Amino acid sequence: MERLSDWMTRIFLMLILIIVTLPIVLGYAWLLISTFSRRTFGLIPVNARGAFGGFTLQNWSFLKDPLIWQVTLNTLIFALGITVGVIVLSASAGYALSRMNFPGRRFTLTLTLLLHAFPSITLLLAIYFVLRWISALPVIGGLFGYNTLGGVTLVSIAMQLPLGIWLMKGFFDHVPWDMERAALIDGCSRFQAWWKVVMPQIRPGVFALAIFSFIQGWGYYSFLIPYSFMIDQTRGTISTYLNNMISTTSPVNYGQVAAVGLFQLIPVLLFFLLAQKYLLRIFSGGMKGTA
Amino acid sequence: MRGDLRKTNTRSGRGDRWNAIGFLFPSLLLVILFFFLPVIITFFLSATNMSSSTGFRNWQWVGLANYTKILNSPRALSRLWLTLQYVALTLVFFNVGMGLLLAILTTRIPARMGTLFRVVWLLPRVTPIVVYVMMWIFLAADAPYGVINQLLLEPLGVAPRYWIAAHPLLAIVLVNGYIGASFGMIIFTSAIQSIPPDLFWAAVVDGASWWKQIRYVVLPLLRWPLLFVTVYQTLSLLMSFEQILILTDGAYNTEVWALWAYHRALNNYWGHFQWGFGAALAAILVLIGIMLSALYLRFFRLNTLIQRPQIESP
Repeated sequence: MERLSDWMTRIFLMLILIIVTLPIVLGYAWLLISTFSRRTFGLIPVNARGAFGGFTLQNWSFLKDPLIWQVTLNTLIFALGITVGVIVLSASAGYALSRMNFPGRRFTLTLTLLLHAFPSITLLLAIYFVLRWISALPVIGGLFGYNTLGGVTLVSIAMQLPLGIWLMKGFFDHVPWDMERAALIDGCSRFQAWWKVVMPQIRPGVFALAIFSFIQGWGYYSFLIPYSFMIDQTRGTISTYLNNMISTTSPVNYGQVAAVGLFQLIPVLLFFLLAQKYLLRIFSGGMKGTA
Repeated sequence: MRGDLRKTNTRSGRGDRWNAIGFLFPSLLLVILFFFLPVIITFFLSATNMSSSTGFRNWQWVGLANYTKILNSPRALSRLWLTLQYVALTLVFFNVGMGLLLAILTTRIPARMGTLFRVVWLLPRVTPIVVYVMMWIFLAADAPYGVINQLLLEPLGVAPRYWIAAHPLLAIVLVNGYIGASFGMIIFTSAIQSIPPDLFWAAVVDGASWWKQIRYVVLPLLRWPLLFVTVYQTLSLLMSFEQILILTDGAYNTEVWALWAYHRALNNYWGHFQWGFGAALAAILVLIGIMLSALYLRFFRLNTLIQRPQIESP
């Protein structure tokens, strides 16, 4: 009797979960179905006469547009730049904070936490001025100034940095000191010890942070920052390209928009499903030490 | 022996200083360029009348004029009210409420099913933001295209409409909430899973129902995670506007404070950018941000986190 009521409870709870989760499932189902349909009424693919059918690959004709490959390349460079930048910078800063004693260490750590909580999106207007200043510098300005891929990449790295430093410090804290000490006694410099001895030991953590940074760069940072600081469409990302499509496309052509969306989603989904276990650690990373 | 160790420490301390500067320099540079400097610039700009018509040269100091302009603006009050509603509703029903519900439910059903639901809820967080918002636009689209009209409401006999225009506040809450809920979900789940099973057994032996276990065992132990998520998410909800920008771009009365600042300063239809006024709008958010993130610092056990490195250099 008790077992039965226990089962009833579980089924009831599952039902609640299914209902609240429904919008997410419907959203992805819609994306998948309308990508391959002439158009859809709700989730049902229909042909020109409004009857069931109308399956097509025509929505993928955007792949013939050279602009999509340009913005895809831009997005890839952008996301990889963020990944490499975040890993290298936060690994070196995290190492110093984990292993070294220097005046201002306490202050730097507090600052990292504070910046981690502070939403830098509010500073976008002022960042516009910083980028314009960088633009005025010789050589550097052309690479990292306003309206350059390098500039928006730097801004995005900075925004991701506090979380990265915090996580990296945590990874380093868990590495025993013995090998590093041996390396230092054998005459390695701090830099060599860090790069050759300690870094290989935190590979899983680096891997997780790298995938996280790539996903964030590919899908999240690639919208607002390039949207605000890039003028030419050819310098944009898939996100700005897609946003442009959404605001100009009529409802009948939803299929094309959906196809571009799926195109952008596929690499992220692959990474996410591959590394889901590692990523959970990062998503709750801000939580360290509180529970 | 101990004395020797201390001596080596002080000696290496000086070498460490230079090493540390080397290791920290690139990060510090970015932090100065894109955090410190912008904060200063924001406050500086907010005291000027700089705009695209004055250019970067012919601007003037106006003191607090931008702030009094905000105070006297009839729009300010309505946008403040909208922002408060949006933050409070999203926070209560999704970032905390739904997060908690998901954590409690997914830890109660068989583990595999629980993980599956949690993974599905994480999808919106990793999905490119424009793609995610696009899904909502088309879910909510008018008949015959929209999924919500066709699948959920037609059977109930509700007249079809474009739901984002019909209920804009609900729309921005839902779109943000379905991303936001997973943060609380992860944190509450790990907190629930770290509760010693003995506590549950004790409650069961005492004859406590499942509901009572939640009420008297789980919730009291989740006090800190709940406070943490609330503060952290209040901050990000107040400041973030990307989803709303893509969803409505402020149409149908959905221009929250942060989006207002963004529109005035960087992006509007007329191409007239009021950097000074926009900066004043943003400065108010920056101030709130600094205060709330200082509060957030208290939720970390700072002293254990910031202790001296346990192992010194040789």
